[in-house]
Amino acid sequence: MRPLTLQRLVLQCGLLALILFVVIVIALKLGAVPVSLYGLARDLVQALLGQTSGISSDYGLIIIDIRLPRILLGVLAGASLALAGTSFQALLRNPLADPYILGVSYGAAVGAMLASILEPHLSIPASVAALLTPLGAFLGAACTITVVYLLGRREGQIDSATLILGGVITGSFLSAVIMFLITTVTGRDMHGIAFWLMGDLSTPLQPSLRWFLGVGFLIAAVTIYTTASDLNLLLSGEKEAMHLGVDVDRVRIVVYVAASLLTALAVSVSGAIGYVGILVPHVMRLIYGSDHRVLLPTAAFGGAIAIVIADTLARTVVAPTELPVGAVTAIAGAPLFIYLLRRRAV
Amino acid sequence: MSSPAQSPFWQHSEIPRYTSEVRLNVEQVSYAYSANPAQAPLFTLEANSFQARPGEIVAVLGPNASGKSTLLKLIAGTLAPLSGRVLLNGFVTYSLAPRIRAQRIAMVQQESPLLFPAHAWEFVLQGRHPYGRSLRFENEEDVGIARNALAQVGGEHLSDRWMDQLSGGEKQRVILARALAQQPLLLLLDEPTLHLDIGAQVDLLATLRRLGAENRYTVVVVTHELNLAAQYADQVVLLHRGKSLRVGPPASVYQRDLLEQVFQTPLSVEMGSNGRPRVNVLTET
Repeated sequence: MRPLTLQRLVLQCGLLALILFVVIVIALKLGAVPVSLYGLARDLVQALLGQTSGISSDYGLIIIDIRLPRILLGVLAGASLALAGTSFQALLRNPLADPYILGVSYGAAVGAMLASILEPHLSIPASVAALLTPLGAFLGAACTITVVYLLGRREGQIDSATLILGGVITGSFLSAVIMFLITTVTGRDMHGIAFWLMGDLSTPLQPSLRWFLGVGFLIAAVTIYTTASDLNLLLSGEKEAMHLGVDVDRVRIVVYVAASLLTALAVSVSGAIGYVGILVPHVMRLIYGSDHRVLLPTAAFGGAIAIVIADTLARTVVAPTELPVGAVTAIAGAPLFIYLLRRRAV
Repeated sequence: MSSPAQSPFWQHSEIPRYTSEVRLNVEQVSYAYSANPAQAPLFTLEANSFQARPGEIVAVLGPNASGKSTLLKLIAGTLAPLSGRVLLNGFVTYSLAPRIRAQRIAMVQQESPLLFPAHAWEFVLQGRHPYGRSLRFENEEDVGIARNALAQVGGEHLSDRWMDQLSGGEKQRVILARALAQQPLLLLLDEPTLHLDIGAQVDLLATLRRLGAENRYTVVVVTHELNLAAQYADQVVLLHRGKSLRVGPPASVYQRDLLEQVFQTPLSVEMGSNGRPRVNVLTET
């Protein structure tokens, strides 16, 4: 017997944090404008000390104002999607569950679009209006998971195949709604929308939203983590978990709300990125086992690492143009998924 | 299997009776299930009563759809009775908070597949969940209790095996060990012998008998195995179409005409030398 200890948890997360840091530094360095490691370190230290005046070079501008926010956005989106995927998989007792396959990402996208369509018609201060998009995304995600959950229930039990089919159908219905909204209401260019639907990190975030999203992520992530050992018991079934003292109804509500919030955060900053929410938890499970007290934080780091790498590739492979990051995760993720499926790790 | 030389547990561990102490008190519980409140109930469990003391094994017998599992859920407190109540040491089981309930009542269910692989020891440690604190890292005491629980079911060697690579009997031991790790007063089992071969079935009930004697658990087991129940149970509750026809020691419940009526098949009942009845199903030739 080797029960989990705090030291082991911290060690494993520390290692992944280190890998994430290295990946971020590499991502900062790579790009259309080459940056030396020395220049990078100097500018970063100066930015951290608040001496922005010292960074006069264009390099500094590129790193601090363009690349770093985009990378941090990727970290946030990746960690959110992986956390949402991990908890959906445990709660719905389905290894295929993730925000993208369950249609929750599309629900969030519809919500975000409706909010941005409504926004000009409402007379509210600009600072509040900025929050409308993530709020709409959250409502869209929460409604979608409720519908898909109800679709997937048969005689009071979740039916795995019905659930996934319900999610896929809901997702395709919602993506048709998105197309409808785009063509009739917004008149926006299809290129940008297509990018956003694939998952795209190139649109910079309004500074006022940064704190809101960061704090929202922390609250949702910590909330999910408090249910980690309940999720472990849910792996052997809702009834069994109940007999082991889990308040199943409470855990279900808490995790659905928190995971919808995380999906909404990810979608409102980056669109519908696929495969991260489903693959990262499986890979981490192969490495660290299925104890959610370890799996949740390691999956969050893994998701962040995966998206930062994918987005760096998206920026650099076909430079000076860009791919949507969702295209990179799909190109890399689909074969990996099939490999895991064939060796029955999924 | 009925000869004392092969399965001596019931003889060795015949428990002393503490008639003063009733632990489980099932008082006139009934339940009705209907798909639609406006319609007549599809299934009704009529008022049932029985009592059990520490160390006693109660077997709930009956054909399919006779209400055995419903009765077990009512006892476990996960289902609200239509009328009546179930008391465990004086507390209504349905009103207990989930964690408190899990500290007092453990349920072994028909095996459900695990979603993701887990070691046997991880599985047994889950039984410590109702005692956990905030982040629920298991401490030395939890590990000791889990290890002891595995030892009690004779499963120390299974500790590092994967759950999905165990045989049916081995898996049932580990599931039982998880229930023991909950340190319950009341141990409930829903058809624990279902997918086991005859040797593993005898082994499981002998283990229950020994555990009941050693740890003073009150055991309620739902089973189809008439002869195993006759060998190991102190009390039998015979259910038929939601009605409890008879409650009492096996020798008094196992009446030929009664069993034939309930199970709809010709059979004979003979009394063994140990005072426990044996049922033989008569096949018409």
